[in-house]
Amino acid sequence: MNVVVVENLRKEFDEIVAVDSISFAIQKGEIFGFLGPNGAGKTTTLDMLATLLTPTSGKALVNEHDVRTQQADVRKSIGVVFQDSTLDDELTAYENMDFHGRLYGMPKNARRKRIDELLDMVELDRRKRDLVKTFSGGMKRRLEIARGLLHEPGILFLDEPTLGLDPQTRNRLWDYIKELNTQKNVSIILTTHYMDEANALSDRVAIIDQGKIIASGTPDELKRGIGGNIIRIHSSELEKSRKKLVAIEWVMNVEQHNEHLDIAVENPEKRVPELIGMLHSAEIPVNALMIQTPTLEDVFLHFTGKTIREREAGAKDRMRMRKKRSGR
Amino acid sequence: MSAIYTVWFRSVLKYVRSKSRIIGSLGMPFFFLVIMGFGLNRSVQAPITGVEYIDFIAAGIVSMSVLFASMFSGVQLVIDKQFGFLKETLVAPVSRLQLMIGQTLGGATTAMLQGMLVFFISFLVGVKMPGIGGIFIGMGFMFLIGMAFTAVGISFASRMEDTQGFQLIVNFIIFPLFFLSGALFPLKGLPDWLLFFTRLDPLTYGVAGVRYGMLGSSQIPPMTSFAVLGSFAAAMILLGAFLFRKIKL
Repeated sequence: MNVVVVENLRKEFDEIVAVDSISFAIQKGEIFGFLGPNGAGKTTTLDMLATLLTPTSGKALVNEHDVRTQQADVRKSIGVVFQDSTLDDELTAYENMDFHGRLYGMPKNARRKRIDELLDMVELDRRKRDLVKTFSGGMKRRLEIARGLLHEPGILFLDEPTLGLDPQTRNRLWDYIKELNTQKNVSIILTTHYMDEANALSDRVAIIDQGKIIASGTPDELKRGIGGNIIRIHSSELEKSRKKLVAIEWVMNVEQHNEHLDIAVENPEKRVPELIGMLHSAEIPVNALMIQTPTLEDVFLHFTGKTIREREAGAKDRMRMRKKRSGR
Repeated sequence: MSAIYTVWFRSVLKYVRSKSRIIGSLGMPFFFLVIMGFGLNRSVQAPITGVEYIDFIAAGIVSMSVLFASMFSGVQLVIDKQFGFLKETLVAPVSRLQLMIGQTLGGATTAMLQGMLVFFISFLVGVKMPGIGGIFIGMGFMFLIGMAFTAVGISFASRMEDTQGFQLIVNFIIFPLFFLSGALFPLKGLPDWLLFFTRLDPLTYGVAGVRYGMLGSSQIPPMTSFAVLGSFAAAMILLGAFLFRKIKL
């Protein structure tokens, strides 16, 4: 079953196309990652799915409800954690949760029970009577995630969940997100411009750039799609080893460079011992060996010709221009 | 219904918790009451027989604090916009009308509480205490003033992006509203042009209503005050609801 179905979704602001007719589907129970530079259209897409923005054209169903015509049903069935904090700093953690539960019409007993349960889960139960303004960035983010789950949504939207957090907090947050997904069986759609985050968390990834989805699949599929894993060896006898290697059945490709060979194989970790043994018995010296695994960054580079960082520099300028024009 | 209550409850909770703001905003009405009241008590004749000037302006000062508190309660909406909390409410499965009404009721309630504090302070400095019926009439009018001007505040706040801008605009309109309302002087014997503007000022009817509650007599019949202020409040709530619906994030 699909919890989100998007067909040709499009959003234009003035003359700028923020989201350019994208289509995708998210299956129940999966973590779906939207990877792309800032300004690629990730948040705009999320806002449309959360009914905060009206699409210019196209169709989107969330938990089988249309985001245009069944806004209240969509809202009831989703939890949203926005990129910037949406907590009331002057209320306590418990009060923030309670406010949310009441807005979503949860009966008193269920509300109380679940608030305690969730605060316990994100390890904030001992701080529940404290004002949110005394919380650290990581605590606030955890509280927001707990709040987003309060009304038991079928799907949780996380917009850049670890933006601005230190590496340690980030790793712990990743664990929470994975735990949530497996233990509570919540489908999660997250946006990020960190490729390691998309890689670590997502079951499937859609890479988005300039409003278009340029590739999608599991992180492994995507990485394999651009040429798979490579074992690189440095040797003084490149020609000889190349001849030896092309004859091996599990070697998919060998590229000879000036000082090294790139050998494309699947599961390179498992092939290394065999490879070394073979070259050794052929009396070919190996000076160095490394395994090159493509990252999602390479995938992005492969499809756009630019790194995510290069793209972001350009996108920021465009955003600034847009804000200036619309007077914001 | 529960959404309206939830939003209302948050406003009241935040008000009760902000002790320094409550005390701070009692300063101006207190000084107005004491300095103007006692300063002019001998030289100005109140238009109602048997009533001293300080009794006369007490109702005006109470109305003033309700006006200030309600208009400025709109700043919460600007803050919620700036700091993101508004998104949390807008993405919830409740209508914007409910949110706006909750916010208006919350602002009106806190403004009325603020008015009641000034009400009691005025008795401490020697203003005549009305009967229990009069107190309830006074509270009713305070609440109406609160509804009307919270809605005005929300209307402005819906269009504003920062708190400084909001405060400038509100200050700009709040003082003419206050000074023209007959809070400090009797309407009888005013020059015609001034009387004209005074009659246009919706707060005039609020002051008259609160004064009727506190003194049992006013220059505008209480039913007229109720009708005019009530209609104004309804119109402002409609305007506020309309502008609130159009808030863009």
